[in-house]
Amino acid sequence: MSLQATTSQTVGPYFRIGMEWLFKEDLAGPGVAGERILIAGRVLDADGQGVSDAVLEFWQADAQGKYAHPDDQQEKSGQPAFQGFGRVPTAEDGRFRFTTIKPGAVPGPDGKLQAPHIVVSVFMRGLLRRLVTRIYFPGEPANAADFALNLVESARRATLIAMKSEQPAGHLEWNVVLQGPDETVFFDC
Amino acid sequence: MANLTGYRRPYPGTQPNHLHPPYVSSEKRSPSKPLIYLPHTLSEITGPAFDAAKIDGKACDLTRQHKGEPLGERITVSGRVLDENGHVVPRTLIEIWQANAAGRYDHKVDQHNAPLDPNFTGRGRALTDEQGRYRFVTIRPGEYPWRNHYNAWRPAHIHFSVFGPAFATRLVTQMYFPGDPLLTYDPIFNCTADEKARNRLISIFDWETTEPDERLGYKFDIVLSGRLSTPWEK
Repeated sequence: MSLQATTSQTVGPYFRIGMEWLFKEDLAGPGVAGERILIAGRVLDADGQGVSDAVLEFWQADAQGKYAHPDDQQEKSGQPAFQGFGRVPTAEDGRFRFTTIKPGAVPGPDGKLQAPHIVVSVFMRGLLRRLVTRIYFPGEPANAADFALNLVESARRATLIAMKSEQPAGHLEWNVVLQGPDETVFFDC
Repeated sequence: MANLTGYRRPYPGTQPNHLHPPYVSSEKRSPSKPLIYLPHTLSEITGPAFDAAKIDGKACDLTRQHKGEPLGERITVSGRVLDENGHVVPRTLIEIWQANAAGRYDHKVDQHNAPLDPNFTGRGRALTDEQGRYRFVTIRPGEYPWRNHYNAWRPAHIHFSVFGPAFATRLVTQMYFPGDPLLTYDPIFNCTADEKARNRLISIFDWETTEPDERLGYKFDIVLSGRLSTPWEK
């Protein structure tokens, strides 16, 4: 039996009504092991204007690189208190932020490890279909050999790697640029 | 060893492009560079699951969330969540949101000059059962004007958000009603090249779920990406 997947439609401007109950800025509650990180940024349109009505969803492994999902059959102990899912809306000026723990490395094709990353879905009014991207971490030696980063021409790879933020120190900055010279890399997923 | 089999990609023409000029706000919000094809890895074939204990049983009845009854025509919207291989998708989260009977959303951005209904928020959620079924009781949403073009009106619709088993299966869509004269003119509904794919967004009037003296029933099945066959499934 073969069916065709239902056509995607935009979340429109009023998604808050249905999606707000799962807004979650802190992915890792107290007691979850791992290096605490804060990632903040903006969603910007073709004119560089902040997008006030976007919603981002995050999915990540725990600090050991294990996903809370039955298809992750790696022999790692896992963190029952860590689900790995987050959802945040943007503010009037397009800003968003979330805190989590840095994910560990997970397997990629050919059994090689991927560099630590968070997968991201971007929804907003004006997008008939979600955009998919990834957040990688700065100064990570494994980035150089990462399979997904190597699918991307080198000049654009930096859009997928969070930057160390000056203010405040220790925070990471990562932006979603929808269009233009600094356009974020989006994946056909 | 982990099963790293990926999910199927859409049939040509059945999913919208990001840039769809008749939908004006897609122009400044769609990428200009081609998407980069990403083979699915463990990151894409896994995804969040949601606990039934966190979902209030009343959340699937949008007509009983306040003291009084909402205005408008009561309806039942039900169906199944399946994958492209025809397998049911059990225990997956569905979130819905919609305008009230007058075509007004309970949202500060909606300035349409139509009344709010103190007895209707327009928010629902449910998990599918073991057979992939879901059921919402709500009121038929009203059509409403928007600013996309001169005299633009959205056909009546209900927003659906569905997760499925993996990051790769995430879907947000809209359900429409049969016979709505506005469908012909709606750039969002008309976003796909494939007419059959588009028409699958229209629910089907259904006697089986229509209850005498109570409400009309509409059926809306949702299909998520299906897994490519695995070596041990053959």
